[in-house]
Amino acid sequence: MKRVRFWGTRGSLPVALTTTGVRAKVAAALRAAAGRHFGSDDELAGFLDGLPPHVSGTYGGHTSCVEIDNGSGEYVLCDLGSGVRPFGQAVVARHGPASAQTFHVFMSHVHWDHIMGLPFFTPAYLPCNHVRFYGGHADLEAALRRQQEPPSFPVDFSIFGARLEFAHLPPGVTHHVAGMAVELLLQRHAGDSYGYRFTCGGRTVVYSTDSEHKLDDRAEAERFVEFFRGADLVIFDAMYSLAESISVKADWGHSSNLVGVDLCHTAGVRTLCLFHHEPVHGDEALGNILAETRRYEEISRTGAPLQVLAAYDGMEIEL
Amino acid sequence: MPMARATLEFSSQRFLDVVIASPQGRIDQSSVEAFQQSLMRVLDDIDGHPAALLLDLTGVDYISSVGLRVVMVAARRMKTRPARIAAAGLQPVVREIFEISRFHHVVEVFAGLRDGVQALSPKALEAYDAAARRPGP
Repeated sequence: MKRVRFWGTRGSLPVALTTTGVRAKVAAALRAAAGRHFGSDDELAGFLDGLPPHVSGTYGGHTSCVEIDNGSGEYVLCDLGSGVRPFGQAVVARHGPASAQTFHVFMSHVHWDHIMGLPFFTPAYLPCNHVRFYGGHADLEAALRRQQEPPSFPVDFSIFGARLEFAHLPPGVTHHVAGMAVELLLQRHAGDSYGYRFTCGGRTVVYSTDSEHKLDDRAEAERFVEFFRGADLVIFDAMYSLAESISVKADWGHSSNLVGVDLCHTAGVRTLCLFHHEPVHGDEALGNILAETRRYEEISRTGAPLQVLAAYDGMEIEL
Repeated sequence: MPMARATLEFSSQRFLDVVIASPQGRIDQSSVEAFQQSLMRVLDDIDGHPAALLLDLTGVDYISSVGLRVVMVAARRMKTRPARIAAAGLQPVVREIFEISRFHHVVEVFAGLRDGVQALSPKALEAYDAAARRPGP
């Protein structure tokens, strides 16, 4: 396993920067420049790199889609949120439309925000390609077909030129796909969701989104600790604050940054990546949540340090 | 591997219509069961009485997410009565955890114990001050 690329990191619904948001960033950058003259593009780039991330960049707004580059030459994806559209375009731009590619797509579940990108996934339209869908849900294929039936979408599955296959992966056993060992864990979410643990080449990545944790269920916590145990990277649903997740948004099927840190600490994880960001949060709010989570990690640490990151569209993590 | 259960020092005191609950030490996975049992016993005792609950966190040096869940359970029980719940005497680290977890929106937070008693019940403050003036054993 070489790296992980994030193509969509939002929960529930895609969002986009507004004019107001862009102007706020431009204004903050101009204020920071304070009339300074830049003699070259490199100098300007250096200045931009020194600005706070919420000023010089954005977390982006696509819904869940994560690529795992395992060096096999075949593509591995988690979920088909709106982020799969730019992923597909990047693949076609890289190889051209006539170069046969294989895609392994692991589905956490079939809620709308995790499947909405499929109708816009260009490689699925190209006859040279092979797309295999994997999941713990027996109705995975039916759910994907249903979103493209009239009157919800103008073209159904018959438009896809690629060879499409579906594989049901039960939890509790180790599956072998694209050179990886793959394990699933049933998660608490309306209609169920599944977390994935991918191991390959001595590296382990866990994708655990749309997963609520009941803090009084010690057996459940222990199952997750074992599932996360020793992982190099855990991609974790941190949509809400802890207080929200156990009060007004209890039973909404999501978790918090603090629970992510606590589980990863206990499991001896190397890097925790906050994921499935609440769509109402702007870039500055997400930056603050990251800073607070790092502080909580520091406060609560009793063993090895846990690196904490917050996913953004376009982010790459080297493993 | 299951974590060993730890005990937790815990005491409570009543000043007219304010009950002060005082856990001591680190509240995490290993001690949360003891914390929950002690706090729920206090809540059972004040059921049916018009009393507010003040969590005295002066002796708590850390509280994890599982400990905060117990605070949420207590807050829910108090709010359904309805009665007030507050916390006071938070050490800087615990105050940070309350803010990061947004628990300062769940329970009112006061700097000192006396501030908390005063805010919850001026009548109880007289009893609290009188007790504070009494010489110790």
